[in-house]
Amino acid sequence: MTKTTLSRIAMARSGDKGEGSNVGVMARSDAAYAFLKEALTAEVVRAHMASINTGAVTRYEADNVGVLNFILHNSLGGGGSASLKTDAQGKTHGLAVLRLELDIPDEVLASVTE
Amino acid sequence: MAGKNKVLIANGQGFWGDSILGPIRLVNEGPLDYLTLDYLAEVTLSIMQKLRSRDPSKGYATDFVRLIDRILPQMMEKDIKVIANAGGVNPHACKDALLEVAAKHGVKGLKIAVVEGDDILHRLDDLMAAGESFANMDTGADLSGVRDTVSSANVYMGAFPIAEALDGGAQIVLTGRGTDPGLVLGPMIHEFGWKEDEFDLLAAGTIAGHMVECGAQCTGGNYTDWRKIPDMARIGYPIIEATADGSFTITKHEGTGGLVDVSTVTHQLCYEMGDPNDYLGPDCRADFTSVSLAQDGPDRVRVTGAKGSAPTETLKVSISYHEGWKSSGQLTISGPEALDKARLCADIVWERLAFDGAVYSTEERFEEFVGAGVCHEGIAGGTDSDPAEVILRMGVRGPDRAKVDRFGTELVPLVTSGPPGVTGFAGGRPKATEVIGFWPALMHKRHLETSVSVFES
Repeated sequence: MTKTTLSRIAMARSGDKGEGSNVGVMARSDAAYAFLKEALTAEVVRAHMASINTGAVTRYEADNVGVLNFILHNSLGGGGSASLKTDAQGKTHGLAVLRLELDIPDEVLASVTE
Repeated sequence: MAGKNKVLIANGQGFWGDSILGPIRLVNEGPLDYLTLDYLAEVTLSIMQKLRSRDPSKGYATDFVRLIDRILPQMMEKDIKVIANAGGVNPHACKDALLEVAAKHGVKGLKIAVVEGDDILHRLDDLMAAGESFANMDTGADLSGVRDTVSSANVYMGAFPIAEALDGGAQIVLTGRGTDPGLVLGPMIHEFGWKEDEFDLLAAGTIAGHMVECGAQCTGGNYTDWRKIPDMARIGYPIIEATADGSFTITKHEGTGGLVDVSTVTHQLCYEMGDPNDYLGPDCRADFTSVSLAQDGPDRVRVTGAKGSAPTETLKVSISYHEGWKSSGQLTISGPEALDKARLCADIVWERLAFDGAVYSTEERFEEFVGAGVCHEGIAGGTDSDPAEVILRMGVRGPDRAKVDRFGTELVPLVTSGPPGVTGFAGGRPKATEVIGFWPALMHKRHLETSVSVFES
């Protein structure tokens, strides 16, 4: 078990979705996906992103591509064109999620090449 | 219409403001059958309605006309068809401008189709009288509360009118608001003769369209492992090799920069994703979890197995309305103690405004210290760091334009009446700009009235 960032075993893309944003988290291996399905719950992401997102977090799964998709329901500072935030479209939220530190099993880390 | 085994469909413009190099290089650097271009963001149509109300010859994407001026000879030579939502709220004015471009190039017989029916601004009251509530999909609120300030209302049309335009021999298809994937699905319906109830095929075309709708975001742009992307400066835009059975390959022209692999394509599959099992569109519901992605040689990803089902009885409507005013500006504050000085600057601005009677609620006012943890606030960066400089960004919003404008007058004076090291005020005094609210709603499809008309140079 090693404490390290989610970015070691996953990639991400994010963008705006109404008043909130979506963050698609792509596991870098099958083992990483299996681990993340257990470890990266909606609640874990909600707590990590609480300073950015004041709304609920919903998680969807796409097993075919090893993706967990998170909807952050209120993360754009008032939404759309009314927002005064620099990142009013949630473009950087994926990278923020990837900064999450997790206790990752060594076999999961080993399953990720490079 | 079926004939070709393989049809090449590219996206060369992922959004309003995307690089003109994308489409220019797509028509020059390799084989292509269809070039699709997206010019409409959610609030674009509202801006276009305003432009048109001041000048009846405006209200469309003028960038598109400039592009056609540059690529028309190659389009004609290679018989590339172009599909764009550049018509905005005035597709006929756009068409007229294109006919002028054709005349300038001495091109005769260029067929331009105009697809209409998305613009329902003038029908809004009739449709409400007919029982459509246009309740806000996010909040449930009734449209009547903001009806007086509505500035545009457009239905997301499906892909069949685009196919009909191509059936009629159009070389350029101009639409207003349609779905982005529809620009790609349209030519597939035209080429392969797909029917309205062939939902797996329509889902395949929709998923293909989704994968390329943001241009280079599919070919290595905005990619997590950015160091692995070769030659980003010359990044290639995505091309779909479509086949009649719905399977397709995503690729890019040989020799261009960027990367197409399962991972870059999966990145884009995630973009703006909601429930991956149920991607709603006007022509079908697509299941993103049904597809298999496989590497099929360098810069080639093969996508198979798409499943879809019947669409809902409603169409999405994009309504925009006046939501008030906002103003924001920035100053750069150098160290030492940049962050502390920037915080003091912000406090001074609010205090001086209050001294003159301009008090803003916490909902109405805003401050950010760029360089000290803004994008990832509370996660990375922050008060424990001592950046060499920070950018102070401040802003206000609200219904009162004069009060919003008042804010801008107290930012720049900090240069001489605040702490030392305040600079970067080149933008001058910030001014109030209109906030255009976005109101997503639904309308029953029986109310949709599309039409396709073809014109020739």
